[in-house]
Amino acid sequence: MAPPKSFLVSRLVFLTLLTGFVLLPVYVMISSSLKPLQDVSGKFQWIPSGLTVQPYFDIWKTVPLGDYFMNSLIVAGSATVFSVVIAIFAAYAVSRYSFRGKRVFTVTVLSTQMFPGILFLLPLFLIYVNIGNATGIALFGSRAGLILTYLTFSLPFSIWMLIGYFDSVPRDLDEAAKVDGCGPLGALFRVIVPAAIPGIVAVAVYAFMTAWGEVLFASVMTNDATRTLAVGLQGYSTQNDVYWNQVMAASLVVSLPVVGGFLLLQRYLVTGLTAGAVK
Amino acid sequence: MTTTAPPRTGKRTVRKNQPGAAPRTRRSGRLRRISLPYLLLLPALVLELLVHLIPMVIGIVVSFKELTQFYLRDWGNAPWSGLDNYALTVDFDAPVGQALLSSFFTTCLFTFFSVGLCWLIGTAAAIFMQETFKGRGILRTIFLVPYALPVYAAVITWAFMFQRDNGLVNHVIHDQLGLTDSPPFWLIGDNAFVTLLVVSVWKGWPFAFLIMMAGLQNIPREIYEAAALDGAGVWQQIRRITLPSLRPVNQVLILVLFLWTFNDFNTPFVLFGKSAPASADLISIHIYQSSFQTWNFGTGSAMSVLLLLFLLVVTGLYLLFTSRGRSATDA
Repeated sequence: MAPPKSFLVSRLVFLTLLTGFVLLPVYVMISSSLKPLQDVSGKFQWIPSGLTVQPYFDIWKTVPLGDYFMNSLIVAGSATVFSVVIAIFAAYAVSRYSFRGKRVFTVTVLSTQMFPGILFLLPLFLIYVNIGNATGIALFGSRAGLILTYLTFSLPFSIWMLIGYFDSVPRDLDEAAKVDGCGPLGALFRVIVPAAIPGIVAVAVYAFMTAWGEVLFASVMTNDATRTLAVGLQGYSTQNDVYWNQVMAASLVVSLPVVGGFLLLQRYLVTGLTAGAVK
Repeated sequence: MTTTAPPRTGKRTVRKNQPGAAPRTRRSGRLRRISLPYLLLLPALVLELLVHLIPMVIGIVVSFKELTQFYLRDWGNAPWSGLDNYALTVDFDAPVGQALLSSFFTTCLFTFFSVGLCWLIGTAAAIFMQETFKGRGILRTIFLVPYALPVYAAVITWAFMFQRDNGLVNHVIHDQLGLTDSPPFWLIGDNAFVTLLVVSVWKGWPFAFLIMMAGLQNIPREIYEAAALDGAGVWQQIRRITLPSLRPVNQVLILVLFLWTFNDFNTPFVLFGKSAPASADLISIHIYQSSFQTWNFGTGSAMSVLLLLFLLVVTGLYLLFTSRGRSATDA
């Protein structure tokens, strides 16, 4: 049965308006990144009068964007790898074993998600400074400190999502692996992990996005050498001028790795959310 | 049944493992089996302790101390101040308490509208896109762009659009439509609240959309078919089947949206910088400023603890209320 006209018209209007709303900043970002400075400093123009790719060359010189890019890549990449591996172990334990304290663990881990980041900021700053004073390991201002912080941000959600995913892998499969002589870890890595790849990819994408986009800790816990993109992007405003065309070009460039990865892997993320979040 | 499907890749380790497994006594085997889940949890546990739970305890301790920048390197020896920080924080006649209270109300109002709009748009989009139609896949991809873009890149673009002299928003409403006598300010003054709301909804609704789409997939098709046979139109099906079926998903979604929005730091920070205008002074920014601008960490920590208590109470009440509601409808 075909839907009635009222439904089709409302759908068309609603989805058209929403698409416009969603894409507006994307259009501004792309079009402004191709304008010369005097154009972005004057009245906004829907259709650029002159196009130039100069901003895309200038962004690397105005601020050391390449260094920031590397820092972000190292921090987000490491946080993702550690977070995923640790989440796999934890989710496997929760999904396949019954043990004392299981409920306490899941509830505690999950509830850390609800706490405001600002709550951890100062104490973590104090801890890192103290560890630095006591052991000489510089966590404050270092990439390691940021990696450590970020990997715990995505950890609760990753564990939660992977539990749902591992639960959906039939137990018969890892029982079979054990009968065939695999240890518990063998069963995990030979049977469960391969079967749960979509969930693991989803978790990895999520962890990378979380780390790549974090602002608060990046702005307090980094120094000149370890600055990430989240802070570095503010460097395009000088006292007299904001190089808006360069800001937009840089925004586009730093967005490409996550948006590209996300759009490529979104199918996994959507199914991952379905298995993990909605039950 | 279990022996019929040996994992082919596992052959080599099978042989390697067997001799090692044989001499192990039954007792140590059981011990290993019991401790294994704990070993697997250990890394996650240590990290959560180090980065979340211990800082929380320290935060609570610090809230009872007089911690200024002089004691920062040696915070353990900062003098105790008892409840002074809390007294200062909740003294709503004095400037500190007054500012906190107004920031709290601003955050509540902002959260209410932001969560409401995110939920509304996300749900409507998910329902409209439940049936397949031409271009649905592309549209879904487009709708996830705000979710995928890094916060600072997206919000900085909005900040550019809301510039008074060279932004898109004023160009449209002032130059093109002539709605205002002079181009308004969007990033300072009372308008900042609207600006923050627009950006927050733009960024937040795709998550509601994602979760709602996932929730809709769990509704069996047969119910719709049966309803259609009984003569229910599309709108009636949405009202009678889709919306009621989404209720359990709603409960989780609204809680998560509430917590994220209430705690949001990134959006106002990138939009307005370290001090937001009074109309958009969200609590996270307010606490950040109280701690790191005035270097009064004790007061900042007291505010954080109060915020945490508030969130705990609200979440607890919400869970109590919704789970009671759920068991009532189940029964």
